[in-house]
Amino acid sequence: MRQRTKLVLVVAVLLSIHAVVLLAGFFAPYDVEAQHRDLPFAPPMRVRFVDSNGNPHLRPFVYPWSAREGGFGEYAEDRNHPAELRFLVQGKPYTIVGLFTLRVRLFGAENGARVFLMGTDGFGRDLFSRVIYGGQISLLAGLLATAISLLLGLVLGGIAGYYGSWVDDVLMRGTELFLALPWLYLLLAIRAFLPLQVNPSQAFLLLIVVIGAIGWARPARLLRGVVLSARERDFVRAARGFGASDFYLLRRHVLPQTFGVLLTQAAILVPQYILAEVTLSFLGLGVGEPVPSWGSMLGSLQQYHVLSSYWWMFLPGLALVPYLLGYSALAAILHERVKDVFL
Amino acid sequence: MRYLAQRLVRCLILLLGVSLLTFFFLELAPGNYFDEMRLNPQISSGTVAALRAQYGLERSLPVRYFRWLKSVLQGDFGYSFAYNSPAAPLLWVRAKNTLLLTVTAMLLAWLLAVPLGVWSSAHKGRALDRITSGATTGLLAVPDLLFALGFLLLAVRTGWFPTGGIVSVGFETLPFWEKVKDAAAHLTLPVVVLVLGTLPVLVRHVRAAMIEVLDSAFLRASRGHGIPRQRLLFRYALPAAANPLISLFGFSVATLLSAALLVEVVMSWPGLGPFLVEAILARDIYLVIDAVLLSTLFLVLGNFFADLLLYWADQRIRAE
Repeated sequence: MRQRTKLVLVVAVLLSIHAVVLLAGFFAPYDVEAQHRDLPFAPPMRVRFVDSNGNPHLRPFVYPWSAREGGFGEYAEDRNHPAELRFLVQGKPYTIVGLFTLRVRLFGAENGARVFLMGTDGFGRDLFSRVIYGGQISLLAGLLATAISLLLGLVLGGIAGYYGSWVDDVLMRGTELFLALPWLYLLLAIRAFLPLQVNPSQAFLLLIVVIGAIGWARPARLLRGVVLSARERDFVRAARGFGASDFYLLRRHVLPQTFGVLLTQAAILVPQYILAEVTLSFLGLGVGEPVPSWGSMLGSLQQYHVLSSYWWMFLPGLALVPYLLGYSALAAILHERVKDVFL
Repeated sequence: MRYLAQRLVRCLILLLGVSLLTFFFLELAPGNYFDEMRLNPQISSGTVAALRAQYGLERSLPVRYFRWLKSVLQGDFGYSFAYNSPAAPLLWVRAKNTLLLTVTAMLLAWLLAVPLGVWSSAHKGRALDRITSGATTGLLAVPDLLFALGFLLLAVRTGWFPTGGIVSVGFETLPFWEKVKDAAAHLTLPVVVLVLGTLPVLVRHVRAAMIEVLDSAFLRASRGHGIPRQRLLFRYALPAAANPLISLFGFSVATLLSAALLVEVVMSWPGLGPFLVEAILARDIYLVIDAVLLSTLFLVLGNFFADLLLYWADQRIRAE
């Protein structure tokens, strides 16, 4: 029973952190491409309750940045104009999942003042908004690539397990080959044979296909094992004895038995593939400007001056941690449950 | 002996398979090194065609594969267009650096993981064990890329560690001990990142393997005989738990190599990683193939070493 509550809790947390990214327009104060050219590389603003004179405020507020006299790209807090944060404010219209157009945003500063919780990048784009939007690319890449991997694994593993003989041998040697290579080298090598200059949406497609295609081996081996044992169960043999066709047997009796393994594998693969997307985009081989993804945002740290002067450009990386923690907790719980069912 | 010979043959077949796979994948790639030249108005199309012919790019796929294979056997490992030299000498310099990094990290990670895992398995369920498992879960959720960038950020802001390369400028003129200190300072951050990345997985496996053995009957009997705890853990339980761990050693080479690639790129360590990325961007295909093949070779060697260890550690395999 305790395990069940744990599972519900983990799933609820995972769903809610995914919802933040899905409803990016609501949680982000600015659009992805909104530039504040007068404030490039502005540091994160501190949300305060007590002003510089020591007076407490009821509402949280920020001090806006003003360019420091005589210095390029240096900012000072404008203590004379504190801007209070308002919640559920009307902002620029945005669309959610391309369906609804809304104007209401979670928070914003009063009187048109600007608020940058994580600072801005070199174009003066709000990093906080871009991190939330960037999650859409990174998470979607992870999920779609996982779907591709599992589908390939299910089909190939199913064929190997169900038909056996030489097909099985050939496919299993193939999985050994794929499992033997260090995955990042393999990923890069395969990415290398695809065109380098592509637009963001093509790059995204290439990315998920490449990542998904590389990972088929492990799920295929596991699913082969499941299918192999499922095929020999008494009720499956009985059904075959009654003249059930291969297709019917697979769909009705074998496939349902693979769900546990599929789910566990998904929970293991999604975070790995999110990381794969982040890595490739970080190296400049994934989705590029102006579309944000966690990897390409971190990529700017490869320039020395960004790394040495603007530490907040590191923050997009921290956004990864809750997702990875959530998925690893989910994988651990699912693994326990599947083990209970099968043993 | 037959066991080892079998393993060796399997390794060779695997390497051949990998080389075929990467070669044919890359040959399918649109564009090659000379395409950029074609766009250059100062180079005539005749020159480009002549260069292509000179490097045999006009020949059919199998011919090119066998030519490449021949040059591997001759020790050239193909030809780099960008560096205009045989690939082997370029590769060895980088491969040595990658080996230095990964072998150091590997040794350190295992030296830390074994005592930590044994320790937490001996204290199973108590505060110590909880702290270690909490820490490993936390470390697992932080990707290597973040560790690398985070430590680099630290190094840049504090100046405690050098932020790239393998030695400082003027390394040649330093006295011996200064040389060692300098190299160690450059090695520290990448190794720390790699160890932090691999340690949690290793600790978990050591702990799991040890717990299984600690529950077994022979160990309870030995405990009943009053054998001291320390001796019981390290002389009785650990050797019995060694088999899955030795196999894990082989696998951990793979993850470490992938992690090392990224760490090398981020921390500008002049190993195979940055070299491979550069070669991909330049479409220098033989270098890409060689780098992938070399990484597989390291991995295969790691697995082979694990097999050797297993052969030495397990009587049953020797008896077969």
